[in-house]
Amino acid sequence: MNQYIFHPFVLPFVLGMAFVLTYCVVGLFRVICLLPKDDRKQFWRSLVTPKTAWANIRDLFGDCLFHVKIWKRNPILGYMHSAIAFGWFMIIVIGHVMLFTLKPLEGVEVEGFARTFTNFYYPIFYKHFATETPVFAFLMDFFLLMIISGILIAVVKKIYSKIVGVKRVTKFGFADNMVRFALWTIFPFRLIAEKSNIMAFWWLYSIDLMIFMCLLPFTRYMHIPTEALFILLRHAGLKPREPRKGYALAQIYSCPSCGLCIDACPMSVNDKMSGNTSAYFMKKLRNADDKEAKRIAETCMQCGKCVAVCPLSIESCDIKMTQREATPYIINSDHSYLEDRHFDRPQGAEKSPSVLYFAGCMTQLTPKIMRAMKQIMEAAGENYEFMDKDGGICCGRPMLLSGKTAEAQAMIAKNTEIIKQSRAKKLVLSCPICYKVFKEENHLEGIEIQHHTQYIDELIKNGKLKVNKGEVNYVYHDPCELGRAFGVYDEPREVIENVGNLKKAKSEKELSICCGGSLGSFNLTQQERDEITENSVNDLMFNNPEQIVTACPLCLKTFARKSPVAVKDIAEVVVENI
Amino acid sequence: MDFGFCLSPSSHVKMDSIDLTTFNRLKETNPDVNTCIACGSCTATCTAGNFTEMSFRRLLLMLQRGKEDEAKKMIQRCMLCGKCTLVCPRGINIRKILLDITR
Repeated sequence: MNQYIFHPFVLPFVLGMAFVLTYCVVGLFRVICLLPKDDRKQFWRSLVTPKTAWANIRDLFGDCLFHVKIWKRNPILGYMHSAIAFGWFMIIVIGHVMLFTLKPLEGVEVEGFARTFTNFYYPIFYKHFATETPVFAFLMDFFLLMIISGILIAVVKKIYSKIVGVKRVTKFGFADNMVRFALWTIFPFRLIAEKSNIMAFWWLYSIDLMIFMCLLPFTRYMHIPTEALFILLRHAGLKPREPRKGYALAQIYSCPSCGLCIDACPMSVNDKMSGNTSAYFMKKLRNADDKEAKRIAETCMQCGKCVAVCPLSIESCDIKMTQREATPYIINSDHSYLEDRHFDRPQGAEKSPSVLYFAGCMTQLTPKIMRAMKQIMEAAGENYEFMDKDGGICCGRPMLLSGKTAEAQAMIAKNTEIIKQSRAKKLVLSCPICYKVFKEENHLEGIEIQHHTQYIDELIKNGKLKVNKGEVNYVYHDPCELGRAFGVYDEPREVIENVGNLKKAKSEKELSICCGGSLGSFNLTQQERDEITENSVNDLMFNNPEQIVTACPLCLKTFARKSPVAVKDIAEVVVENI
Repeated sequence: MDFGFCLSPSSHVKMDSIDLTTFNRLKETNPDVNTCIACGSCTATCTAGNFTEMSFRRLLLMLQRGKEDEAKKMIQRCMLCGKCTLVCPRGINIRKILLDITR
């Protein structure tokens, strides 16, 4: 029976491949069917809209094939991942291209269905059945060796991760370790089998492939097929609505547990807390461990750094919010006392103010920021008014963070009403927490919303506020909800450059470390928060600045507990130099 | 007969007969309630306390006296803004305790 291109050793591979293909097709339908109807429509539409279609193509090539984001984050890991994934991809592609040029041994002709079935495994085991042209032989060997070089780095990373610049790696269970071992051995076996043609190695190669394919859907390697779908869904502009359905499900399966978020997470200051990071959260969700998923979701500080460093941009913070909404706390809130609140127009004021200033709860706790803002607005000759001079209504972000959306929306609506009553054209906020809510949730069309860093920067730029340049060395801390959430990085830095010297922190902008005071976390104890704060302060003190400047009253208060130097708000620093 | 005034009802609490289940459960899940010194910083900064009689210090006292219904009614006013947690000199995670009382 030497006439057919077949040998029993191809069977394990065929079985594994058939299984994984079936699983992926079923999974694809499941994700799309579980999407809410509107989201599904939006998804189909995004596939044909030129702008999103172009973004899809760009990211499918850039992320799935060339892994641009990992290269940017860590070139060694970039090479490791590309060598294995891109190398494997090229071997598969070249293998199939070769089908057209290969002459099977002894001129066997296979037709019809048999031909199609043969093509299924032929490129994977071709060396046993045929010989290729020198050019292809070189290409195949080149990419095979490239894969093996990637695996070598992976083995080194497993033994001593610090050598590739990774402090903490994800801890895996049995299935993940098994698949990883299979993946590492597939290619050496293939190389030996191809060069020696020993039957045992062809069998090992094929069985390894089967183990990999059959366990793939239950492990982190599911990100290989899911990532493409996730990119399409993300560009459709969808938001996760439930922790384990539809879009969120695609994100859960796309998480490769690479662990880049573990080193990034501010909570990773010790081993115990590093178990609260997003990589583990996604794992718990995948394993339907609701209790742990809920605990991690409520421990997270929502600083968003894991999303910023994620090579797939998985929106783990949003998924944690849906988890909180799915199991909210049972307080029957009664905020009826807010109903008769309204805007207090000061006596004698006839005109509407051009600037409305909302300090917010946290700034009420740090009145020096309020005083500084008052001095700045007076020095600039602005027509301003305080919205919450005698205590205002909470912006609603803490309520949102606890998963109680309806109660939060009531507070948000009340604040919107008060702002509209004032008829101001511009709203200035001192607290980034409020800023996020007013920007995202309140419907304030026609009113410009600015954080005070942006406002002061504007005043200096259009000459309304004159400042002197001092000699003090400052370092600027990016508050999470101003920096990562809205990309306000340049305005505060320009303001500080105007009044003094700006030193760099060790981690800046989208990599800045949360101060540890975040309202996002419900579970962290004061001791745990203190550890996070100390780590963050050390990072800021990298270049020995004389003062730490921040733009968030909560960061200010948190840092003041642990900082060896003075901590000031950007408004105070400006007032000192008027 | 209406004199325009009356005796106020007794606020006497019989410590032997009150139900302390909630407070005891709270002590187990959040041992830091034991460290409260009733300084009232939480009350002084409370956003809701600005408009209502919401006071975490009193709330804890109510629970210690078995006045659970009154305490639960008071919690409804809370806006969860977290200022109390921030100013607590004992580092008590007050927001978490407020949420755990009704759990």
